Amino acid sequence: MPDLLLELFSEEIPARMQARAAEDLKRLVTDGLVEAGLTYAGAGAFATPRRLTLTVEGLTAHSPTTREERRGPRTDAPEAAIEGFLRGAGVRRDQLEARADKKGEVFFAVIEKPGRAASDIIADLVPQVIRDFPWPKSMRWGAGSLRWVRPLQSILCVLSSETGSEVVAFDVDGITAGDTTEGHRFMSPGRFSVTSFQDYEAKLKRAHVILSASERAEHIRHEAEQMAFAAGLELVADPGLLAEVAGLVEWPVVLMGTIEDRFLDLPPEVLQTSMKEHQKFFSVRNPKTGRIERFITVANRETADHGATILAGNQKVLSARLSDAAFFWENDLRVAKAGMGDWLDGLANVTFHAKLGSQADRIGRIAALAREIAPMVGADADLAEEAARIAKADLRSEMVGEFPELQGVMGRYYALASGRAPEVADACRDHWKPMGQGDAVPTAPVSLAVALADKIDTLTGFWAIDEKPTGSKDPYALRRAALGVVRMVLENGVRLGLEQPLRASFVHIAVQRAEDCWAYFQAGNPALPDDSVFLSFYSAKDASFDGAGLVTEKLVEGSFFLSTEKGTMFDYPRIQTLIPVRPLNTLASDLLAFFHDRLKVHLRDEGIRHDIIDAALAKPPADDLFLVVARARALAAFLATPDGENLVQGYRRAANILTQAEEKDGVEYRYGADPKFAETDAERALFDALAQAQAAIKPALAAEDFAGAMTQMASLRAPIDAFFEAVQVNADNQIVRRNRLNLLHRIVETCGAVADLSKLEG
Amino acid sequence: MTQTPRSFQEIILRLQAYWAAQGCAILQPYDMEVGAGTFHPATTLRSLGTRAWAAAYVQPSRRPTDGRYGENPNRLQHYYQYQVIIKPSPPDLQALYLGSLEAIGIDMGLHDIRFVEDDWESPTLGAWGLGWEVWCDGMEVSQFTYFQQVGGHDCHPVSGELTYGLERLAMYVLGVDHVMDMPFNDPAAPIPLSYGDIFRQTEEEYSRHNFDAASTENLLQHFEDAEAECRRLLDATPDDPKTAKRIIMVHPAYDQCIKASHLFNLLDARGVISVTERQAYIGRVRTLAKLCADAFVQTAAGGWVPEGAVA
Repeated sequence: MPDLLLELFSEEIPARMQARAAEDLKRLVTDGLVEAGLTYAGAGAFATPRRLTLTVEGLTAHSPTTREERRGPRTDAPEAAIEGFLRGAGVRRDQLEARADKKGEVFFAVIEKPGRAASDIIADLVPQVIRDFPWPKSMRWGAGSLRWVRPLQSILCVLSSETGSEVVAFDVDGITAGDTTEGHRFMSPGRFSVTSFQDYEAKLKRAHVILSASERAEHIRHEAEQMAFAAGLELVADPGLLAEVAGLVEWPVVLMGTIEDRFLDLPPEVLQTSMKEHQKFFSVRNPKTGRIERFITVANRETADHGATILAGNQKVLSARLSDAAFFWENDLRVAKAGMGDWLDGLANVTFHAKLGSQADRIGRIAALAREIAPMVGADADLAEEAARIAKADLRSEMVGEFPELQGVMGRYYALASGRAPEVADACRDHWKPMGQGDAVPTAPVSLAVALADKIDTLTGFWAIDEKPTGSKDPYALRRAALGVVRMVLENGVRLGLEQPLRASFVHIAVQRAEDCWAYFQAGNPALPDDSVFLSFYSAKDASFDGAGLVTEKLVEGSFFLSTEKGTMFDYPRIQTLIPVRPLNTLASDLLAFFHDRLKVHLRDEGIRHDIIDAALAKPPADDLFLVVARARALAAFLATPDGENLVQGYRRAANILTQAEEKDGVEYRYGADPKFAETDAERALFDALAQAQAAIKPALAAEDFAGAMTQMASLRAPIDAFFEAVQVNADNQIVRRNRLNLLHRIVETCGAVADLSKLEG
Repeated sequence: MTQTPRSFQEIILRLQAYWAAQGCAILQPYDMEVGAGTFHPATTLRSLGTRAWAAAYVQPSRRPTDGRYGENPNRLQHYYQYQVIIKPSPPDLQALYLGSLEAIGIDMGLHDIRFVEDDWESPTLGAWGLGWEVWCDGMEVSQFTYFQQVGGHDCHPVSGELTYGLERLAMYVLGVDHVMDMPFNDPAAPIPLSYGDIFRQTEEEYSRHNFDAASTENLLQHFEDAEAECRRLLDATPDDPKTAKRIIMVHPAYDQCIKASHLFNLLDARGVISVTERQAYIGRVRTLAKLCADAFVQTAAGGWVPEGAVA
């Protein structure tokens, strides 16, 4: 049983791609071997910055011989038919066998495919795998046409067994497979040959290459922790950085350096970000003070001076970086302590979107909306507005200019420096959240109010200018914003009808844009052309402009034109492009439907089917997402019980009979079911059960105890089943029939108290 | 091992000598304001087409927004890049590059050299490539790129491009903390000159100019003019009526593209370009770069061969 060793040696492979590439190599090669008829006992894949390596153990030496029989034409068939069969089967006339068949004598071709040697299979397979390798990004080099992640320099491919080893001969774009490789670029230059995986791994280690990424990572982690510990400090764990650094070195040498005292008072996030993003350093913390006091860097080699030169260089680079950071921090603090006015003014010059105004415009809208949302989330309206006004100020700070990932974090420091309340400062940091699926949602009321206002303004803005996500395109991350709102509402148990803030937000945008235009014309800019729709809009109020009232009125009507239909008329971009013409109701309900879609996606992960959510959404108010989800969860739990399943069957039966009767008779059976017309015990029992259930369901619904309400419904299962068992609804007696149909309506009505069961599929 | 160099210019001279020894044509800087060595037509245009090419040169580069009035130890609005471009990229380009570091006095036995993923992209040139930033003891000392596309054209063969940030590299080799303190010529020369002696005043002047004084009205107009001129030159018929030769005016047109790019950078420094407009301006320069690339491959230097002729 031979073993295969394959190494693809290249120039430096990006760290983030290595693990996946090793797995892909293993999968593609082993799948290919199996498909070609070989079997193997085990396989392992490895990656270093310069190589992908695969070992396959216990490979069969040959694929088995296969035998295939093909039935051909009758022996007395025309010559042409027999010739055709020979061609198709790839056999000669004398290889055909004539056999008796039901229809007479028939030719059979027996095609025997001899097994192939493993080396032949590998020689065909590996070049194919290389050519089709699924790199996330690949390139060409030199004058060749082969693509690889970086130039592929050599291929080692050896089959070894007890009797010795042989090179599997193949060639890919001029690179011939052999049995040699290289060790560490600097510490062990030169090529050497290997005979097996064991030999390869051992020789690599002697040549200063640790083949296994996890061994390198473990070595780094262990050394780093020991070094920190010996200094009375602790390593700040960072698994992502550890994996990356392990992909940057073949021979990790861990070094610890000091941070100059003058930088130690920088916020720890600044130190950590600067060191990690720019230098790929680990942070080392003083456990007593929480301060970051040292760094750990990982070099790719040993040196005669035990890393002294390398460490000195790294320290110097860090000092330059941190000098920049300290410079930014001091400048920023000066602006912050003066109240952040410079930044806030500056935001007026930053375009958020050509059609939606500047960041300052946007902040004005968010502040107004945050005020309105504040009471709904238990926040102080003044604090919420104040927080919204300064929450994005740090975008103009030098620190955030350098490290965009510190937005919000710096905002909090600067807000505190400016003397703002801690709740306001926290909102500066937390209103960006949640940044993604795994990120926590803000919970403090002021932060929550601003975060909701921020995301709602983003959504209404892009809805108003019709820049909605389509398919895979969502350049403004609107899906993420909507999901953020959904999660904030659900995870905080926020009770609010979304429609109100959505409508308010649309109005804020429209009013602001209209006032902007109005001021523009009032300032004596280009006169309004006579045929302007804009003119007719404004002529309602001569010189003075009642922004909010008139705009809201126009927006509700759907006649909020701020542009002519002839297209570009003003050389003022904000006016040219303002055409939210759809009525407010349409805008709001369209956007609400988008929230509902996000809600479905979110709950799908929880295992709640989309039709269950539709059933819950059919019960107003559909814009109170917390309530919708409470209904959906109760229904989902109920449907998972036998009672629930059966009750839905009973409900459907009742609803079907009722609908058919209503269609046939052209009347609605809704009221007046009366026990006195009941003819059977089953009927009377159902009346009683419904009366009892309804009496209990009403207070449960009032208390939003949907599970309780559904438990009550469950008690209806037996009486409903018994009723259908015993009673013919469409009785000859019309009074009895009508009474029974009205009774069915009561079933439908009662069962639909929590959610509209007719929306359920299945 | 190699002796440590003593001045900024010695490092430049050693790089020139090293790459000359590797067979590169040592070119001179392009005589226009560019943002990076890549803009030199010796890189942008010559990386197009099928003809082999090998050149190295110093390119003074301007990044108006990086001006710090000469106060920042590392940031300058005018600085030097050293650029090497070889087509097709030789198989031992990494080794050749490491040789150049040794040539300027970096001892491979003591330092930690790393190739860290960095995909290069120039939105203004419609160009991208894959490669690394090269780290020496944690400091980025060069950019190493295999060009995949330039001006929207696939590069075939592929050029290997090396870009050294000369000031930063030299400061490291010479052990200087502030760029203005770096010896420009030999410190033992009769008249020793530091980088600051030569450039401190100009950094101040240009910082003021770039941030506050340059006339935005003029810059905007010049941008329009450059754009129009570039298109006009390329729209001209290939056949020159005077000489009856086929003369496509690619380089003059490309000069206008370079101009537009620099004007955009100045406008950006003046802070008059909004985020959305930015993209539009970059797109306009890219369009010019693409037009120039399209035209260049129609010329002899770009590998064009008259019909019926043998290449």
